[in-house]
Amino acid sequence: MSTRRDVLKTLALTSSAAAIPALWSGAAFAQAPGALQIFVPAAPGGGWDSTARTIEMAMKTDNLAKDFKFEHAPGAGGAVGLPKFLSTKKGAADALMVGGMVMVGSLIANKSPVSMKDLTPIARLTGEANVLVVPAASPIKNIKEWVEAFKKEPGKMSVAGGSAGGTDHILMGMIGRAVGVEPKAVSYVAFAGGGPATAAILGSQVACGTSGVGEFVEHVKSGKMRALAVSGGARVAGVDAPTLKEAGIDVELVNWRGVFGAPGVTPEQQAALVGLVEKMAKGPTWQAELKKKDWTDVYLGGPAFGKYLDAEITRITGILKDLGLAT
Amino acid sequence: MIDTLTQLAQGFAIALTPVNLMWCFIGVFVGTAIGVLPGIGPALAIALLLPLTYKVDATAAFILFAGIYYGAMYGGSTTSILLNTPGESATIVTAMEGNKMAKKGRAGAALATAAIGSFVAGTIGTLGITFIAEPVVNLALKFGPADYFSLMILSFVTVSAVLGSSAVRGLTSLALGIFLGLIGIDLQTGQPRFWFGVTELSDGINVIVVAVGLFAIGETLYLAAQKKSDTPPEVIEIKDSIFMSREDWARSWKPWLRGSALGFPIGAMPAGGAEIPTFLSYFIEKKLSTKPEEFGHGAIEGVAGPEAANNASAAGVLVPMLALGLPTSATAAIMLSAFQSYGITPGPLLFTQQPQLVWGLIASLYIGNVMLLILNLPLIALWVKMLKIPEPLLYGGILMFATIGTYGISQSVVDLILLYIIGGLGFLMRRFDFPTAPVIIGMILGPLAEQNFRQAMTISQGDISVLVTRPLSLSLLLLSALALLGPQIWRLMRGRRVA
Repeated sequence: MSTRRDVLKTLALTSSAAAIPALWSGAAFAQAPGALQIFVPAAPGGGWDSTARTIEMAMKTDNLAKDFKFEHAPGAGGAVGLPKFLSTKKGAADALMVGGMVMVGSLIANKSPVSMKDLTPIARLTGEANVLVVPAASPIKNIKEWVEAFKKEPGKMSVAGGSAGGTDHILMGMIGRAVGVEPKAVSYVAFAGGGPATAAILGSQVACGTSGVGEFVEHVKSGKMRALAVSGGARVAGVDAPTLKEAGIDVELVNWRGVFGAPGVTPEQQAALVGLVEKMAKGPTWQAELKKKDWTDVYLGGPAFGKYLDAEITRITGILKDLGLAT
Repeated sequence: MIDTLTQLAQGFAIALTPVNLMWCFIGVFVGTAIGVLPGIGPALAIALLLPLTYKVDATAAFILFAGIYYGAMYGGSTTSILLNTPGESATIVTAMEGNKMAKKGRAGAALATAAIGSFVAGTIGTLGITFIAEPVVNLALKFGPADYFSLMILSFVTVSAVLGSSAVRGLTSLALGIFLGLIGIDLQTGQPRFWFGVTELSDGINVIVVAVGLFAIGETLYLAAQKKSDTPPEVIEIKDSIFMSREDWARSWKPWLRGSALGFPIGAMPAGGAEIPTFLSYFIEKKLSTKPEEFGHGAIEGVAGPEAANNASAAGVLVPMLALGLPTSATAAIMLSAFQSYGITPGPLLFTQQPQLVWGLIASLYIGNVMLLILNLPLIALWVKMLKIPEPLLYGGILMFATIGTYGISQSVVDLILLYIIGGLGFLMRRFDFPTAPVIIGMILGPLAEQNFRQAMTISQGDISVLVTRPLSLSLLLLSALALLGPQIWRLMRGRRVA
């Protein structure tokens, strides 16, 4: 019960702090403990949708918000949904959009006129590191041998991963740049999703591959793939491989997901949403779900997340240029 | 073997509990319904039901999902046959002969051979999952991009079965299909192609939109343009019995078996899919039929074979999913994400770590197949009555049905505009006697062939000889040559003997 009262207090404080409470606040706050509309710029069933559903579940269980309205606008890695969110939800302080790193690249590939900078940053929630693997039968035993072979003949080191310009491709470009191989020279083979890429690696059709740890971890555990390195800031439990930085390659990349508010909300309304999401992210239900789904907690809230987002946009645009995918 | 049977028996013990039987029934029922609706496929239906995973236990949820998946494969053929409106991309081929049969008053036989063929193929496929999942997966993993490219070449041969009277017109349609398939962001470079700045087009055009546009909308417009208002509306007469005759059975059982044999292994391949085996099955049945002249006018083999192929491939898709945790279709990918909500990591260890779940699921596939047959056969009499609706009303209904279904795919207005542009195109094609089926074949195969070719070339660093140095690829190319040139050579030789 106390949690509910706390939230009410926070919400009441923030809404009264706003000089003239906007129209929505009366309606939304009346339905205590609160209502949210969640916008998913992807089809039901994918990663962003599952993040959204988990937010709903955690907030309901922990009594942070009761009513949820979902809206899906799938297509083009979020490039269809984002303009729709920006135009239809302007000023709506109860609106949250799920998104992530993938969207940064999609917007560039789609030459989108809108930017994620137009959003109100709320929080970065989860992150997943990539893992670089070779088929079990590969003569390459560790990251050092891989780097040597890669530098010697980048053309021969075919890498399986997801669509061009996505996280996997961006990571390979960064690794190339860090070890002195022209990013464009990376022999990158794009597959339509983790399934076909996994199959190509298991069948030794390619020399190596990279994808989110979750995609490959079971195959690494069963001995059908060998993990060489992970791309995050720390090692991953169950994967016997160093981080890229430990291996002397100055690259760190996690495929992060987070939530954003609508454009045109006041700083107070932003703070209220950040507070709400932070409560959820630190709450028991969300933490339990993270463990169950093997998501890494990379919570970063409010303006700090905004700064991070700006840096990511700059960094990813740069690497996509190096890969020859952006101008 | 004995071990497998014991585990399967335990699976049946789980699947046959009243609660799980109920989930299985709900699944096949919902699946049939969404299969009938164009647009909403099993992937979307399961995705919308994902929140259920917070409420029911894992085994029950997967029994439900598998029921939806199998059910959709059954239901998809119904609208293809009756209304020429394919509900799923894998039933596009079924519409070609099935709808012609319905127009000849033989809808009952077409629906029956589709339902029984689906049952036969579904059961054979499930037997395959039970006993030969591992060897099939190991074989499927041997297929690399070069081999897939050659498989696509073999599939392109199937176009010759649907070219119609003029090869030039047929190939024009094929080229149009390949062009439509190229629209959108290129997988290998991340660059949009032929998208005209429309963001909605950057994921490509959904093949269902094109199929429904060409088949259902185009056909309806064509009929509307032809009918004079003073002719009384015509009602399709239902000839003979509504069920299958002795001849129908005799002409159906071999296509069922051949379709299953094609569908299961190709479905199990990571880039195989459900459409390619239906094309191949159609081609083979036309070549093997004693009455090839009936093809294009309602040949029952052309329904029996592809329908079986499509259901067997649905079972095949579950093989890499259960054996390796590999999602090779949209539906499998969403089912895998459901595993995650239970904290179960699908992978090569699933069979050993979650035997209850896996074997309960497999047992429920057998049960679901029987339920689907029992559910679908009596429905045939009901479905067939739909054709008694006077044509103007029926076709008006088809337009509405196709429009709603298409909107259901992604709630996108762009899709609706496309549907009617393509419908107008379908009308013109029909008017000037261009076949429409090659458009669909080109649209599905073109991009697959292109992507696999480019993947193969990246891996081989541009060395095109991989296509003939890899044994699998070479065999497939030789098969294509044989299928394409064999009949001509045979005819030449025979002609010479007569002379």
